[in-house]
Order: sequence, then C-alpha cells, then structure tokens
Amino acid sequence: MLELMQQIVNGLSLGAIYALIALGYTMVYGIIKLINFAHGDVMMVGAYVGFFSVSMLGTNIVVAMIFAMLACALLGVIIEKVAYKPLRRATRIAALITAIGVSLFLEYTTIFFLTPQQRIFPQGTFPVQDYSLAGISVSNKDIFIFISAILLMVILQFIVKNTKTGKAMRAVSEDKDAAVLMGINVDNTISVTFAIGSALAAAAGVMIGVYYNTINPLMGILPGLKAFVAAVLGGIGIIPGAMVGGFILGILETLVSGYGNSLYRDAVAFGILILILLIKPTGIFGKNTGEKV
Amino acid sequence: MLKVNEIDVYYGAIHALKKLSLEVEQGSIVTLIGANGAGKTTTLKTISGLLRPRSGSIIFKGVDITKVPPEKIVAMGISQVPEGRRVFAGMTVLENLEMGAYLRKDKKGIAKDLEEVFDRFPRLKERRKQLAGTLSGGEQQMLAIGRALMARPSLLLMDEPSMGLAPLLVKEIFEIIKDINNRGTTILLVEQNAHMALSIADKAYVLETGEIVLSGQAGELMKSEEVKKAYLGG
Ligand SMILES: Nc1ncnc2c1ncn2[C@@H]1O[C@H](COP(=O)(O)OP(=O)(O)OP(=O)(O)O)[C@@H](O)[C@H]1O
Ligand SMILES: [Mg+2]
Repeated sequence: MLELMQQIVNGLSLGAIYALIALGYTMVYGIIKLINFAHGDVMMVGAYVGFFSVSMLGTNIVVAMIFAMLACALLGVIIEKVAYKPLRRATRIAALITAIGVSLFLEYTTIFFLTPQQRIFPQGTFPVQDYSLAGISVSNKDIFIFISAILLMVILQFIVKNTKTGKAMRAVSEDKDAAVLMGINVDNTISVTFAIGSALAAAAGVMIGVYYNTINPLMGILPGLKAFVAAVLGGIGIIPGAMVGGFILGILETLVSGYGNSLYRDAVAFGILILILLIKPTGIFGKNTGEKV
Repeated sequence: MLKVNEIDVYYGAIHALKKLSLEVEQGSIVTLIGANGAGKTTTLKTISGLLRPRSGSIIFKGVDITKVPPEKIVAMGISQVPEGRRVFAGMTVLENLEMGAYLRKDKKGIAKDLEEVFDRFPRLKERRKQLAGTLSGGEQQMLAIGRALMARPSLLLMDEPSMGLAPLLVKEIFEIIKDINNRGTTILLVEQNAHMALSIADKAYVLETGEIVLSGQAGELMKSEEVKKAYLGG
C-alpha cells in the first residue's frame, strides 16, 4: 500500500508535466482543429531558453521559466502566423503535414545551431532535497514541478472561464462564424490560444529540464507524443480532460516502470491510445458527437 | 441607412446572388422573402462581411463597408441573429449575452441593456447560469435575439427567426421584432413565413434564385397575385 502510494506520488510530477503539454494540444485543436505536432518541439525550445537563462544569465529557475514562457508564447504566435494561418481553408491533412514539417524544422534548426549534444543544467541550479512524509518520500523537485504546474493550470482555468479573452477563445472554438458576428477577431483569438498553449509547453520544458537534469534537441518528441495521447485520453479539445489525461498517463507510466518493467513505460502511452480509439474515441470527457480524432 | 448595390456573390462556381440591390431606410422593417435556396442567408452574410461580393457595393450610413472586416461592421452597428440561432451551446446564457456585448466598453450601459434583455425575456433571466445548449428551441431563439441586442445595433439583421417554432411562439417572436423596431432599431428580416413577415414589415423584397423579382410596400405585396400564389398559399 505504501509502495503504491509512493509510486502514485512519483507519478504526479510527471503527470503534471504531461498535463501542461497536453493543454496546448487540446486548446489548439479546440480552436482550429489541428493536431499541432510541433508542440513538443516548442516545449524543447522552452527548455533551451530556460537552460540558457540559468547557465548564461545566472537566473534562478523560476525566472528561467518565465523567460521560457515569454519566448515560446512569441514562437507559438509566429509558427501559427507563418505556417498554419495560410492553411486555414486547406484540408486537414495539409495542415497536419505542415505541422510535422514545423516540428522537424525546430528540431534540426536547434541541432544546427546548438549541436545535437545534450546539455546538463549547471550544478546547484536546483539543489535536490528529499523529504519524508508518513513514510512516503518526495523530493523538492517533485514538489516544485507539481505546485508550479497546478498554479499554471489554475491561472489558465481562470483566464478561460472568467476573462473576456478566455470567453472569446471558447466562443471561437464553438462556432467561428457566430463568434465573428459578435465582433470577435478570430485571428487574434487564435494567436492568443497559441501563445498560451506554447507558454505552458515552455514551462513544461523547463520542468523536464529540472526533472531529468538534461536536455537535448530531440527531447520534445516522446513527451510530445505522450501528451498528445493524454489529450486524446481526456477528450481532445476539452481543457479539464487534458489535465486529467496528463495525470492519469504520468501515474500509469510510473506504476508500470515501478511494478513491471521500465522498458515498457513508453509503451503505456501507445497502449492507452489504442485502447481509447477502440473503446471511446472521444475520450473520458468527450461527448459522442461524431467528431473524430 | 443601408444600401446594397448590385452585388454578385459566388460560392466557387455557384452564382448565388445576381446583381442584387436593396435598400433599408432608417427606422423601418424591411423583409426579404423567398423560397429555400433563394439566397436570403447569403445576402445577410454578405452584409455582415462573412462573404465578399465579387462586384457591387454595400453602403451603411454613407460608408462603403464592402471590404470592411466583419468585426468592424459589428462595431459600426450591424448585428445579426443568424439562421439556426447559433448560440454558443457550451457557454451559459449569461456568457452568451456577454459575448453579444463583446466590443462594448461601457460597463454601465452593458448592465442596463442586460437588464432590458432580461425584462424582455424573463425565461432567460431564470436560466442565466444554464448552458445555452440545454435551452429549448424557442428559448435559444430568444437568446440569439438578446445576444444580438447586447451589441446595441442600429441595424439588426434577422435570418428566419421563426424557423422551427410553434405557432404561438412565432406570434410572440414577431411581436418582439415589432417592439424592437418601435424602440428605434432598424430591421432587415429574412423570412419564409411570408404572411407574418409582410404583416409587420414596411417594405419587402422577393428573392428568387439570387435575383430580386419583386419589391414594394409590404401591404401591396401582400395583395399581389404573384406573391399570394407563390408565398401565401394561394
Ligand atoms: N457554403 C456554400 N457552398 C456552396 N453553395 C452554397 C453555400 N451556401 C449556400 N450555397 C448555395 O447558395 C444558394 C443560396 O443559399 P442560401 O443559404 O443563401 O439560401 P436561403 O435563401 O437562405 O435558403 P433557406 O431558406 O433554405 O435558408 C443555394 O443554392 C445554396 O445551395
Ligand atoms: Mg437561409
């Protein structure tokens, strides 16, 4: 029992990271019906911005995270304007292929300028300390990741539920033409969505840097795919779904590597994907409206 | 107030509006009637800026709005109650109404207009926290009208507001339209229910496959043999 609790606690920080990335997938899908396969790579760029902020500017990790979020918000808006906006009326498959192109572009541009070598956060960036609580041990890393992720999700939820911009985002997601008739500028609203989703991914990138201590130009691929699965699991386009999906995936993955074989941990996500697609393609929170993934 | 001059609108190769012209005078109710597929919705969408005419122009309050983006057109005072209501189903009644006032900054005025909408539609007030998707068809129509009014339009475009409603409700909707007009809003009303539309309108246009085939005072059209035969059931 204690062992199980321990595994779940271990899974929480990983789940929080997946949840943050999944949010970007789901928000973008909600508003332009595009699976933004470059999203994991935006996270990678965020990790690098965070890394340089710490190693070259000597900032602490929180400031690094804020820099990364600002940089990636801008990056997300640029990607949308340059790559996706011209394809607003194109077929979905054209947009999807473009997304994969953007993904490769980000990966190989990073490799070109920064070498494929992995980088290690400087010593003392995040002095690790373990705490023991009722027999369960947690590190301050996990606590930091978990709390900052929850904080970001609360802020996001507030924006989406209560601000004018958030309401416009929901209106555009539901019905673009009707939103236009309200006087909502759809292009700006889409930009804001990319900015927010990319900023969350950047935060997740810095967290992954803290979690594993190393980063590399291809680090976005696997977490990106897994977060996509998390978004589908929760119901793509549904914000709380992405959060729940992320946590479920993170915890399951930790359980599998803790109890079973850690070689299988990466298979968990794809097993889940196959299962959802077979059982309930609309995901946990999805209504069966015939909209498919 | 609104002048549509010989607009041609296409969907790809389909020529949906052919040199269509119409005029709406300030303070009046003008109705555009016609059968399914005549181009009524296309006309309203073009006025709102959702579609662009290939040629011709649209003048509103003396300003050429033919190329003005749709959100600016809303800001200039044209709101639309779209065909099929198009309320934001996953948002609450109150949020839907707030979206109607999206471009406005006068908090006090918005609050006042919200009260007015709630006075007009008490059922919306009771259901203000309810998701719009869970409302009945009639309530959704009221919400769509209330939402458009929240923009404080000087010209209100309405696309078949009586569609799919029970006769009693249809009557109520038309009374509401008349009342909105009485309080100073000019209305361009698209309808298939020609009888009701003609009975409240000042002026009417009859649209057939993208062309205006008849126009005149609503009262006169009501008596015209052609209109009687085609739209008023003999
Ligand atoms: N998105 C579209 N793509 C192609 N053709 C369209 C499109 N929308 C409408 N049309 C065509 O344009 C013509 C006019 O359609 P419109 O919707 O304006 O008619 P309507 O008068 O509003 O009809 P209804 O009373 O059924 O609402 C029709 O022939 C229709 O098939
Ligand atoms: Mg129509």
